[in-house]
Amino acid sequence: MIVYLVRRFGQSLLAIAAMAVLVFVGVYAIGNPVDILINPEANQAEIEATVARLGLDKPLWEQFLLFVWNALHGDLGDSFVYGRPAVEIILERLPATMELAFVALILSVGIGVPLGVLAGLKPDSIAGRSIMAGSILGFSLPNFWQGMLLILVFAVLLGWLPAGGRGETVDVLGMQLSFLTLDGLRHLILPAVNLALFKMSLIIRLTRANTREANLQDYVKFARAKGLSSRRVVLVHILKNIMIPVVTIIGLELGSMVAFAIVTETVFAWPGMGKLLIDSINLLDRPLIVAYLMLTVFIIVTINLVVDVLYSVLDPRVRLSEVKG
Amino acid sequence: MSDDAFIAGLERVDDVRPPKVDSPLKRIALAFIEDKLAIVGLVLFLCVATVAILAPWITPQNPYDLAQLDIMDGGLPPGETSFATGGTYWLGTDLQGRDMLSAIAYGLRISLVVAGISLGFAITIGVMLGVAAAYFGGRVDSFIMRIVDLQLSFPAILIALILLALLGRGVDKVILALVIVQWAYYARTVRSSAIVERRKDYIEAARCLGLSHRRIMFRHLLPNCVPPLIVVATVQVAQAIALEATLSFLGVGVPITEPSLGLLIANGYDYLLSGRYWISLFPGIALVLTIIAINLVGDRLRDVLNPRLQK
Repeated sequence: MIVYLVRRFGQSLLAIAAMAVLVFVGVYAIGNPVDILINPEANQAEIEATVARLGLDKPLWEQFLLFVWNALHGDLGDSFVYGRPAVEIILERLPATMELAFVALILSVGIGVPLGVLAGLKPDSIAGRSIMAGSILGFSLPNFWQGMLLILVFAVLLGWLPAGGRGETVDVLGMQLSFLTLDGLRHLILPAVNLALFKMSLIIRLTRANTREANLQDYVKFARAKGLSSRRVVLVHILKNIMIPVVTIIGLELGSMVAFAIVTETVFAWPGMGKLLIDSINLLDRPLIVAYLMLTVFIIVTINLVVDVLYSVLDPRVRLSEVKG
Repeated sequence: MSDDAFIAGLERVDDVRPPKVDSPLKRIALAFIEDKLAIVGLVLFLCVATVAILAPWITPQNPYDLAQLDIMDGGLPPGETSFATGGTYWLGTDLQGRDMLSAIAYGLRISLVVAGISLGFAITIGVMLGVAAAYFGGRVDSFIMRIVDLQLSFPAILIALILLALLGRGVDKVILALVIVQWAYYARTVRSSAIVERRKDYIEAARCLGLSHRRIMFRHLLPNCVPPLIVVATVQVAQAIALEATLSFLGVGVPITEPSLGLLIANGYDYLLSGRYWISLFPGIALVLTIIAINLVGDRLRDVLNPRLQK
């Protein structure tokens, strides 16, 4: 177990290091870092002061070590637009993105699993076929296009829900959350559904395949032969066994939801960190871009690590095969 | 049984010839057309591709030649006639008086070209590294596959955004980003089938003949790894088109001088709320039809090429 943990932890560090190198090369080697990291409106004295502070006059390897050293201390530069540390600004936006991601995750599981089980129990029925067709559309159509259709139907044509923004928020432990107010909830529905659709399709397919398989197994036949109600067979016997792969996927997909939120937040003008990234790209606020990328990479790597470790605790086969391989 | 009947029976037996063996390509084509949806997808894709290729010759106007645009025609809904030429705008116009039908055909062209070129590069790089990983094994294998694993642990859109945020927008840069995002899928696919093929006797025989590594890898090993590669390629092309559209929609993809479907949708997005739905809806429908057509073909190919499902 310890061998596995150490190896897995090493892989995560490697991933973060590789991304740091990529970002560093992108900023420092391809472009001129003076242009990228220093505000174009700065005067000569400011430019020289920043060059000295960031060590841009030093050799490249020394600059890289300095970049890593500063990053480890949470210093990824100051935003040009806001004039404050970039990490601080992103962390302020983090709760909005996390709220969106969690609500979307709950939606995708809460709707995806029942639909998948239904399609798996009756694969040839009209309901089963239309669920599958819907799920194919769900993950082959671009996310932003689905979001626009949602806006067109529910905000423009029907006028039921707002097209963008976050609505009224409540302060909980220093974080602004929308889902506790009616107005905030109304603003949350469309973006959350939009972000959930892709994962929902994935979960539907996975649950359907697993349900079909489980339905043919002897223990399910036996449970039916015992005369248990089909409700009980599905809810207790089948569901319990198909949840293992579903839980893994959910864990792994949480990380990618943070990345996919970039698109949803832009479509719905949701003030999270993804929207911040796109705004920063348009405003050429490069320290903020660098900080966002490093922070997101860190979040995704951490989530993947936690999921893998939890999974290896639950399923001994994983860590054994990893140690051997 | 009378003698006559016996002889007739013999003659009938004589008539039975060994079944004709079709070439694999013909067999796949025959199996492919058994599915109606797949034919619909194929026809749809061919239509889309034809429109994209012939765009400069079949569209009513060149949407990027400012001399052909008339500001009087700006923002017309679908089906209106032009004030300038008297022609009909079947899909309406944008605010500059650009015919959306023509703009969509040109946008399709850019979307497909970007996806096609990135497919070519990604598949070449992925196949070479994947075959090499499977053939040489050991250190080479684990080095290449580490990179693949590392890359696939991040969402494709995040990696593409990192690259484009740092490089800036441009058709060449989008293609570069798509290649970097996609090669890993091909490498993984080829490696997994090549690693099975490598242990077979014909590879051993080729080695005994003293053929060069390169010849064995690309003339003997690779042709036997093609079917799964085709399936992954169709899925990935659809993904590439969607990803390019997303990046362009976010404003980090193609430049405004060469608008793909994604950028057309983004341009019309601002007018969606004010009721001018056609500026972004129709490019979106074109994009969606393209992606669905490719997916339908890909779905059928997966069934046809899967040896486990063959009769």
